[in-house]
Amino acid sequence: MTEIRAEMVANVWKVVAAEGDTVADGDTVVILESMKMEIPVLAEGAGTISRLAVAEGDVIQEGDLIAVIE
Amino acid sequence: MARTARRLGIKVIAVYSEADAELPFVAEADEAVLIGPAQAAQSYLNADAILAAAARTGAEAIHPGYGFLAENASFAQRVIDAGLVWIGPSPDAIEQMGDKIRARNLMAGAGVPVAAGSAEPVSDAEDAIAEAERIGYPVMIKAAAGGGGIGMTVAADAERLRAGFETARSRAERFFGNPSILIERFIASARHVEVQILGLADGRVIALGERDCSAQRRHQKLAEETPSPGVSDKLRQRMMAAAIQAGEAVGYRGAGTVECLVDRQTGEFVFLEMNTRLQVEHPITEMVTGIDLVEQQLLIADGAGVSFDVGSVKPAGHALELRVYAEDSVRFLPSPGVISRWQEPAGAGVRVDAGYAAGNVVTPHYDPLLAKLIVSGVDREEALARTSAALADFVVTGPKTNLAFHAELLASREFATGDYDTSVVSRLRPLPGSSGDGRCA
Repeated sequence: MTEIRAEMVANVWKVVAAEGDTVADGDTVVILESMKMEIPVLAEGAGTISRLAVAEGDVIQEGDLIAVIE
Repeated sequence: MARTARRLGIKVIAVYSEADAELPFVAEADEAVLIGPAQAAQSYLNADAILAAAARTGAEAIHPGYGFLAENASFAQRVIDAGLVWIGPSPDAIEQMGDKIRARNLMAGAGVPVAAGSAEPVSDAEDAIAEAERIGYPVMIKAAAGGGGIGMTVAADAERLRAGFETARSRAERFFGNPSILIERFIASARHVEVQILGLADGRVIALGERDCSAQRRHQKLAEETPSPGVSDKLRQRMMAAAIQAGEAVGYRGAGTVECLVDRQTGEFVFLEMNTRLQVEHPITEMVTGIDLVEQQLLIADGAGVSFDVGSVKPAGHALELRVYAEDSVRFLPSPGVISRWQEPAGAGVRVDAGYAAGNVVTPHYDPLLAKLIVSGVDREEALARTSAALADFVVTGPKTNLAFHAELLASREFATGDYDTSVVSRLRPLPGSSGDGRCA
């Protein structure tokens, strides 16, 4: 199981993947936006997304959980 | 801006969003009005709220700064319709230059050199490919209404053009509300050089030298200098003449910038776009000319003459500006946070224009620009030495900053010798996903 956490304060611009999706290493899970920059958050390793902890429009803090891949 | 206005005896009223309530510009203003929440659409881009604040406070003029609505023709028109003075060019000039395709065609018609490219928006990927075949690869894909490098991509072949076109179009739609795309011939090694112009109240247009803005990351400027180490006196004269023609073609009034690319192989320049506002990097021009550009904006908007002798402007010395961003020095990723320590450098030739101070929170809502470090010297060598020294004295803790990267840039052989192009930053930081095509708007 790998947890994907936010590296910085950001707004969740787009949720690309959904719970239950199978993802490959490097697939985009969500796209964050901070300081006018789009920051794709990628899957670190292949697996299934067992949990998506954010929704579009959310403001997340550094260290917040974004998704869990099993 | 506020400081110049105050010096001229003009009362300053700032508008701010909830996110910026604690920032120095709010406290420094004679009066400040809260116009909405952090989301720019509801505050800094909210024309109704800004005009209401102007009406309530009895403001007589609006200076749009250099972001948000500064290049918005309909906002400019609304300001004028409200009976206020718009400190900027006419809405018509903004509109003509705001669309890159229209501006290109207008410039070509006025005799200003432009890059080979589309005279009309390309409608789909197939159209883009046909256009690229006519122009020749590699090509640059750009949003016609764009700015800040958003949506710009280089494509070396049809496959990459097809992919880049879709990305560019969706970004153009999202960020600028206009999906129009143009294709231009990409210049492999170029310097980004821009000319400062002033359209005077009497209708004349003058040029105040150039700025080299080739040091960019993600198509956005990181460091600027004047004069450009890559522009000869002869080229400078030709670029200034072209910039004046560009300004005259739209009856330009006030401060504006004509951005060009100088092809390092051929030594020729082409028009890129015109910024119908004051630029972030305007202070370096002020340093070498001794002219306060904000003061001229205010005088021109008032219908008055400028404060200097137009016939005898002679830039002297060399000046650099480094943009201090709240982003890390390695990957250039945004780094909002609370500023625990803020220590600015001082000394001969050193000027710091800062938007923040210790204790302020840098939020994720807007641009990462924290401060501008502007340094001048009698020549490039002295300016560089002073900049390095000043940089070492600039301390910001809390958010990560790009101060360390700037030190590296200054120490790099390419920058130190002055022989660099728009890829200088990407050569120092080869980042995944960032092509070496640094180009900016």
